[in-house]
Amino acid sequence: MNRQIVRLFAFVVALFAVLIGFTSYWAVFDAKSLKGKEANARPLLEQQQIKRGRILAADGTVLAKSVAKGHGAGLRYVRRYPQGSLYGHPIGYSFVRQSDSEFEKFHNDELVGEESEFGSILEQLAGHNQEGDDIVTNLDPAAQQAAMSSLQEQGFGAVVAIDPSSGRVKALASNPPYDPNRIPYELEKLNANELETPLLDRATQGLWPPGSTFKVVTAAAGLDSGLITPETAFAAPSPLQVETRPLENDFNESFPPISLDTALTNSVNTWFAQLGQKLGEGTLFEYMDRFGFNSTPAIDLPSGQVYKSGVYEGNELLGPGDPVDIARVAMGQERLEVTPLQMAEVAAAVANRGRLMKPQIWSRVIDPDGRVVKRLDPSEYSQPIGARTAEELTTAMEGVVSEGTGTNAAIPGVAVAGKTGTAETPGNESCGGGEAENQAWFIGFAPAQDPQVAIAATVECTERFGNDAAAPIFRAVAEQILKDEGS
Amino acid sequence: MRALRAPARNRELLALIPVALLLSAGFAAVFAQENARLGNLSLVYGAYFLAVCLATHVYLRLRLPDADPYLFPLVALLTAFGLVMVYRIDESLARDQANWFVLGLVLFALTIHFLREYDVLERYRYTIAGAGLLLLLAPRLPGIGQQVNGAYLGVKLGPLAFQPAEFSKICLVVFLASYLREHREVLIVGARRVLGVTLPPLKHLGPLLVVWGASMLMLVFIRDLGSSLMFFAAFLALLYVATGRFSFVVIGMALFLLGAWFFASTVPHVHDRVEIWLNPYAEPEGNGYQILQSIFAQADGGLFGKGFGQALITIPGTHAALLPAAQTDTIYSLIVNELGLFGACAVILIYLLIAARGFKIALLADDGFSKLLATGLTAVFAIQAFVIVGGVTRVIPLTGVTLPFISYGGSSIVANFVLLALLLLISDRARREAAA
Repeated sequence: MNRQIVRLFAFVVALFAVLIGFTSYWAVFDAKSLKGKEANARPLLEQQQIKRGRILAADGTVLAKSVAKGHGAGLRYVRRYPQGSLYGHPIGYSFVRQSDSEFEKFHNDELVGEESEFGSILEQLAGHNQEGDDIVTNLDPAAQQAAMSSLQEQGFGAVVAIDPSSGRVKALASNPPYDPNRIPYELEKLNANELETPLLDRATQGLWPPGSTFKVVTAAAGLDSGLITPETAFAAPSPLQVETRPLENDFNESFPPISLDTALTNSVNTWFAQLGQKLGEGTLFEYMDRFGFNSTPAIDLPSGQVYKSGVYEGNELLGPGDPVDIARVAMGQERLEVTPLQMAEVAAAVANRGRLMKPQIWSRVIDPDGRVVKRLDPSEYSQPIGARTAEELTTAMEGVVSEGTGTNAAIPGVAVAGKTGTAETPGNESCGGGEAENQAWFIGFAPAQDPQVAIAATVECTERFGNDAAAPIFRAVAEQILKDEGS
Repeated sequence: MRALRAPARNRELLALIPVALLLSAGFAAVFAQENARLGNLSLVYGAYFLAVCLATHVYLRLRLPDADPYLFPLVALLTAFGLVMVYRIDESLARDQANWFVLGLVLFALTIHFLREYDVLERYRYTIAGAGLLLLLAPRLPGIGQQVNGAYLGVKLGPLAFQPAEFSKICLVVFLASYLREHREVLIVGARRVLGVTLPPLKHLGPLLVVWGASMLMLVFIRDLGSSLMFFAAFLALLYVATGRFSFVVIGMALFLLGAWFFASTVPHVHDRVEIWLNPYAEPEGNGYQILQSIFAQADGGLFGKGFGQALITIPGTHAALLPAAQTDTIYSLIVNELGLFGACAVILIYLLIAARGFKIALLADDGFSKLLATGLTAVFAIQAFVIVGGVTRVIPLTGVTLPFISYGGSSIVANFVLLALLLLISDRARREAAA
């Protein structure tokens, strides 16, 4: 019988080998796919057990924190947003079931303390629970509050305020806001609200025709390419036949030969239309690219939540080879659609002597022991125009605020450079019909000779013009930031 | 002869020390996880455990000086490991488990005391077989039977609740070993070839068909595929060892599969078990929950596991089970989750070593009954481990069998200590005779 016993043992060995084989398959080889199964709640539950780092404003105000619930094996963390709806954009939210968005999503790795594989194994051996790092942002609570309050006075829209020399984002607000604390209960309702779209960050995802604010880009291209100088003058008749359709100035006013200052101060449409024609598609598109158009802005938000600005045909961006009415693009019409963030970058580049810095919301990452792990090193995105062009443009933009179409942006005792814009959006369905179909804009910076802040503000579906709806927002935010800088 | 005795027990003694240390370390790990401070309570538990093991060791030294020196330390290792795992799940369950461990050792000692001449079992083989069958059917008896998860496995006699299948497996092995010892010759000699297949003689086929019938009966009455499979596999193993006819095994297997297939399509509970096994994702929140969570827990463990006390058993903040029956059926999945593939391999290796020692005893024994008894006991033990580990790893349908010495459960621990006692009794005699 001994031979059979040995064979039986061999059979048992084979059976146990099968067990080890299956265990290896589940535990190692198929583990990744199993963790991705919808029926598997473990990855989510484990995420819940990580203490996510806080998000702070520049002055230390807590914008997001994690609070513990339960204890022992039942311990889990839930996200709280003490400032409510004020920072819903751009901070976003992070919940186990509803996933995450915006800043919370982009900086997820730092916030959950995701380190190198080797580092985390060491941490686990040492018995440390995974804990996330805190992130201090550049957001200025007073400026953010001013941005949101003034937006809410004027209507739905968005404001972006950037420190032009570093790219630090001081304020970023979108109206209507939402309260991230309510996301676990109201996400579906908020998503279903197609009329107000409160979850849409209008500062980075709102695409609207820029109207006359785009004339700054056209002027920059004209000056920087050497096509014109500040003294170059030509007549601007109204109406002007462009591509078989008449183009008019405000009040159908015709101008004798005028130079850039006058043209910008009075926002003369046919002057910029002619400049656009002289520049041609190639040059204008090249300067647009330099300012960051046709690319996703390099801000620290998820690329899916930051839209490109440019000339759109449906969902496609058009380029220099495509049939576009370049004269109307030059004055901010045609199928040109831009985000407030992109227009703030245009203002910031002019303010920073032609150097465009990457806009960044984060400032530094601090580990649970209080050490600064990473610090923002401001970096240049591009240099769209020379310093001389920037100076000449600044002078022209000062005229807009001091004696032109943007007088409501003026701050007593401070030189402000800016440009208004009012794009008519007839038939804009999101405005829900009616007369209120203007897109009001203001972009600018202050103080003009030593810019501390560059801002783009826009209000959608309004009856009013840029100077009436958007310039006051600029003024409120800029005043607040200059006050903070001065103190 | 003396020269052999001392080393055997000394080796056992030496092997017990690392086991007690491991238990202490395990408790220390769980303590450290739960209380964030390291008390000396873990050492106290370790000391108690070592004391109980030493008492058993001294008893073995007196009564079975020549018995296999590794079996008891290996079993102690599994028990220690089981205690730590159960403690980590629920402190009060571990207290029960510790009591059962002591009770198991008492029955272990009593078995050794009264069955020193275990050949006596042969005389009562039909009584034992009858008792075994009665035990199996007891859960269906009105008044004392209990249904657990659709299977009839429990019996409740006043305050005493137990799972009779754990004990009846020993009865069945004793009967089969005795029966086959007597009839193996005629089964071999009388066999004839029909259509190229070697069939056992018809006259002796009867009792074998009875065993097959009993297994099928279990499927219908007990409704438990796992214990049915365990019993029948042990039977086939013994039949093969006794006769050396592989064809008998094939015929038996075919009969079992045929019967299992038939009942799987007619008995709803058995049918469900097979359905879940084949399509666990059909009802991930319903019937498929346990097996899926078992596999997810393993996926969560990876190579090294999450560490003692680190895995999720309930959904945080609730009492809802994330890993259902973690202390019994799915304890292996919890082991993979916390100790990883490496920890699980270590556990399987211990079972394999126990099987190796058990079969070694069978090889050494020189009378047919001892050989077959040792083989049968070892086989049923190894197959039980396979059925439950195979169940939670989706090798076979998941059924409610315990993982011997590790799972929470009094009947399992006590019955398996009786099984161990029988193995050591056989071993003591075999090694003494081999040395003589």
